Amino acid sequence: MRLSRRQVLRLGLGAAASGLLAGCALDTTGAPGSQGSEGLVFYSTQLATTEEAEAVRRQILAGFGRQVQFVSDSSASKMFDRVRADARAGSSSIGLLGALQGEFATLAKEALLRDMTDVVEQLGDRGFTRQYLDLARVDGRYAFVPWISASYIMAARREALPFLPAGADLQRLTYTQLLDWTRAIQQATGAPRFGLPAGEKGLLKRFLQGYAYPSFTGGVNTTFASADAVGMWEWVRAVWGTANPQSVTYGFMQEPLLSGEVWVAWDHAVRLVDALETRPDDVVSFPAPTGPKGLGYLPVLGGLSIPRAVADPQPSIDLIRHLTDPARVSTTLRTVAWFPPQDLATIPGGLPPGVGQEAETLQRMVGTPGAVASSLAVGLGGQSGAYDKVFTDAFRAIVLDGGDIGGTLATQAVALQGVLDTAKAACWAPDPVGEGVCRVG
Amino acid sequence: MAEVTEAVRAARTATGERRGGPQRWLPYLLLAPSVAYLLIFFASPMIQAFGLAFTSTTGGWGLESVRAMFGDDRFWPAVWTTLILLVVLLPLQFALALAMSMVITSRLRASGFWLYVFLLPLGVSELGAGILWYSIFVEQGWLNTVLQSLGLIDRPVIWLDYREPWRVIGTIVVAEAWRSTSLIVIILVGGLRAIPRDYLEAADVFHAGPWQRMRHVVLPMMRPTIRTALIVRTVLAFEVFATVVALGGTATDVLATQANRAYTEYQDAHLASAYGLVILLVSLVAVGIILVALPTRKERGQ
Repeated sequence: MRLSRRQVLRLGLGAAASGLLAGCALDTTGAPGSQGSEGLVFYSTQLATTEEAEAVRRQILAGFGRQVQFVSDSSASKMFDRVRADARAGSSSIGLLGALQGEFATLAKEALLRDMTDVVEQLGDRGFTRQYLDLARVDGRYAFVPWISASYIMAARREALPFLPAGADLQRLTYTQLLDWTRAIQQATGAPRFGLPAGEKGLLKRFLQGYAYPSFTGGVNTTFASADAVGMWEWVRAVWGTANPQSVTYGFMQEPLLSGEVWVAWDHAVRLVDALETRPDDVVSFPAPTGPKGLGYLPVLGGLSIPRAVADPQPSIDLIRHLTDPARVSTTLRTVAWFPPQDLATIPGGLPPGVGQEAETLQRMVGTPGAVASSLAVGLGGQSGAYDKVFTDAFRAIVLDGGDIGGTLATQAVALQGVLDTAKAACWAPDPVGEGVCRVG
Repeated sequence: MAEVTEAVRAARTATGERRGGPQRWLPYLLLAPSVAYLLIFFASPMIQAFGLAFTSTTGGWGLESVRAMFGDDRFWPAVWTTLILLVVLLPLQFALALAMSMVITSRLRASGFWLYVFLLPLGVSELGAGILWYSIFVEQGWLNTVLQSLGLIDRPVIWLDYREPWRVIGTIVVAEAWRSTSLIVIILVGGLRAIPRDYLEAADVFHAGPWQRMRHVVLPMMRPTIRTALIVRTVLAFEVFATVVALGGTATDVLATQANRAYTEYQDAHLASAYGLVILLVSLVAVGIILVALPTRKERGQ
């Protein structure tokens, strides 16, 4: 049979189109709400990228006796809506929840979670770090079982190291030295090579809330518009002048680090690990810098918990046991590069080079004299988005649009107080923890 | 003859045409599924959005969300960028689409081949197109690599530099033109194929040149088609989203990115709905302008 040119083309296009459609069809497996006819639903706001979700399905859940459906969606508001709807319906479509400490705090305040104290006690042999166990408690009871942890660190390409200012120690940089360094790189290469994840999916807001503010002002909300804060914003504006302007499109800093568009970057450890794993000889990680008020940093803790509406919690408890098992913890570290909430020395099989480097950096950062751990905003509930908006709006007005720092902070301080008032949120670390609604300073 | 008339009458009676039986309801019955579809999936969310836009996070009725939207520093830049994109893209895409559809409907060799080539972008999702063009325009991307290898530039140009808004808008225009022109092509090809040959042949008889043929025969005959295409493209222009996010990042805003950010990032469905309403209103006004500016023959009273 002879095929005409047109027929061949049509066949080719048809094949391509069916491939595309098949791809689309496959993609729906992770869609929230897609519930199998049976099996335990493990819903997580973490490990939500395609690669992470695949690692969970194929490797981390492997070996668990029952069928588990892993559904991940990074939107906390969707997760809240679903758990609330289940509670109203009186039966839970979700067997196990994976989420961040702050997200669980919101659910626990609404009494939507089972008391997990008995499970944490059963898992005494797991050796969870005391610091993380403390974070997992809400009103004296465990709201969740610690599961994964991380923090934000810095990374640089080796070609940036010769431009370090004289006398600067990469492992103990100050904010001033970091600025001098990125300026020196810009002068020498003629290109801005610092990078911050200021894109749509980027976590720049966490840099402002957990790193810059605590390091420069010793607080966040109570020092929001203080004189120290003005100094901090001047630093941010100056360092932004040495940043690749494409930073407004960056979500994960590992890609621009690998491509060389950025030589020095700050980001979530998980969002840098590919650069360290792919090019361990060319990329180095180091702690966040120290400011006038210490080294502010933001530990991130993810946990596992069971919605109160679950009728039979035993399968979910079995799954928690499986996920916190040392072998599974090792797999989690290896595949998705989240650290376990226990001492790394207890993890069997050693660490891959990039992950190992990050772990060392993290330990060094936490151990730096004057390290100030912030907690993620707690008790904001539905206002957490509005809270973040205050910081991104201030960044945009001051840094991108070149607005007046004092004036912008005064305007945004009003918005921030409005958010805290609506949420009736008390201050959290590094602000002095106290009773009553937090007052913006 | 009388027998035939009688037979026709009998047939009509049998089918219920005159009595107004099931036949009378048939059109409504056939329309019902699409009406139900529109009510459930378009009208009801739209009404809900109205409700959301005019209630506050605390639940009371009021203009809080609308005020918050107008008070947002990003609101007016978003409106302007959306309108600029529309004004630049619309004529550009129409000129391109008209040329492309002429190629497809011409009797040139391989004109069918071009149909597939021109329509290929339709198979790429908006987000896919955004990522594709990001990889072209990014500093270490394909465009700079090609320009450097040709010796046209010494060092990579940062095309996606937010401090040069026109440059960023230019990249979005290119990506959008590539992605969505094919939709207009499909509509125009349909219109071109519907022009009766007699008219074109008549134009040939009177020795009309290509330009005269276009001006006096093709374009007037295509008026309803062009109107449809304009409306479709205008409405879509207000929904442009993923290419803006990919290429403009957080420094370039359009109404749709603002609505999305309000919902997903700020978790404020009320603010997002207020943005949705603005998009709806602006789309309606734009469609109204098109309908008035391009009346069909009947509407012009001819």
